[in-house]
Amino acid sequence: MDRTLPQPTPETQHFWDGCAAGELRLQRCVDCREAYFPPRPLCPKCGSRAVEVFPASGKASLYSYVINHRPRPDMGTAPHSIAVVALEEGPRMMTNIVDCPQTPEALQLDMPLKVTFQNFGAITLPFFKPAEA
Amino acid sequence: MKPGSIAVVGAAETTKLGKIPDMSVIGLHADAALNAMADAGLKPSDIDGVATAGASPVETAHYLGITPTWVDGTSVGGCSFMLHVRHAAAAINEGLCKTVLITHGESGRSRVGAGGFGRSPSSLMGQFEMPYGVTSPPTMFTVPVLRYLKARGYTEEDLAMVSVIQREWAAKNPRASFKDPITVDDVLNSPMIAWPFRMLMCCLVTDGGGALILTSRERAKDFPKKPVYIIGTGESVETPMVSQMVDFTTSKAFRVSGKKAFDEAGITPKDVDHLMIYDAFAHLPLYGLEDLGFCAPGEAGAFIRERNTAPGGKLPLNTNGGGLSYMHSGMYGMYALQESVRQMRGIAPAQAQGAKIAVSHGVGGMFAASGTIIFTNQD
Repeated sequence: MDRTLPQPTPETQHFWDGCAAGELRLQRCVDCREAYFPPRPLCPKCGSRAVEVFPASGKASLYSYVINHRPRPDMGTAPHSIAVVALEEGPRMMTNIVDCPQTPEALQLDMPLKVTFQNFGAITLPFFKPAEA
Repeated sequence: MKPGSIAVVGAAETTKLGKIPDMSVIGLHADAALNAMADAGLKPSDIDGVATAGASPVETAHYLGITPTWVDGTSVGGCSFMLHVRHAAAAINEGLCKTVLITHGESGRSRVGAGGFGRSPSSLMGQFEMPYGVTSPPTMFTVPVLRYLKARGYTEEDLAMVSVIQREWAAKNPRASFKDPITVDDVLNSPMIAWPFRMLMCCLVTDGGGALILTSRERAKDFPKKPVYIIGTGESVETPMVSQMVDFTTSKAFRVSGKKAFDEAGITPKDVDHLMIYDAFAHLPLYGLEDLGFCAPGEAGAFIRERNTAPGGKLPLNTNGGGLSYMHSGMYGMYALQESVRQMRGIAPAQAQGAKIAVSHGVGGMFAASGTIIFTNQD
């Protein structure tokens, strides 16, 4: 079964283009400097429309997660993580932690992570893996 | 709202609860509505305001033969009915209508005439959460919890204890789906759904419905049942994506909604005799006790473990057995309100003796929305 994939909108296209180019792109406000996610054409802190796209470092830490023991059909059959990571720039995003055992022992809160990308045809998804891996 | 200006004069659930394969969603709305009208001694032509979630108020009004002068289709998840009560109070006080019917019906288990659960792949949730394998509430509502447990020093046993004590309440309720006693070990040994959540930490999936009828204080005295007055209301929303909660250890929507309701009623948690906190999962009562001010952050686990919310405790909580053991159709907020009304009428199966003030606190989506209603039986 094909993986469930996002359908970009004009407001989010830069993010998905970035993933395809191997770059995690965030936005920040030109006026108040707030970095934010998910993408939108206005600053969620001050409402300014003066916002810019910038490449994030790709560094993050594990903020919280579950290990789904009843995976969706497109996710395979093995239990897998559904995680939220805290990006170095501040915003948090949902992702899967990959390249590591999907166990509570291997997935320690606050462990350092780095972004990695996987292509699924029209879309490239950002995942995170242990920083030392 | 003006505290005490509005009263509940009719309240009922569907005739059956649990597994109802012979009724569709709209049929469940109607069954609950007719039961509530019978409770209030009213017929559809007496109703001039309709609010509902899930179904459209157009569907409900037309199905029941009601010609409303006010409708509310606010649909923000399971707490929508708390918001309907709040909006109805404002509408009645403004003179937009006199007698409001709020209905809920959901074929959660049997899926007769029910819609699907899903988001457009172009929505923010569709783009930034769905690709990672979230399925439904058990893999979304649960995502903040490991962070919460770590920040508060709570354990899996603290989560399990919530389920254990609510089962004690359910044992007293003949209409509860699950009544057999369970232990912390039973909960921790039940099938893993999404670490750290086991099956017995997750709500039921059942069929059912409920309805409320509200009117002004002045008119309420002419109804067959003793009025239950509404003295405080609150509502708020935070985010459609659980991953974007500002803080995984506290719900902003809970705090804003709760504070608004308590301020309006002019009461503090110490004044509350009976409490309902929407428990789609075992962590919700812990967040609710903290965010409503019943416990300091980090103290809710011990508060429950020390049996303060259990039968015989000082703060009876989720006395119908809750979404974990009583029933959960999908939008459980209506059943929390129904239990608060039963407690204020003095007719609950597990009645809190002498209770004068009851709080019903709901959640919508995965910490997306919240609504809080405070009731009293005192004139």
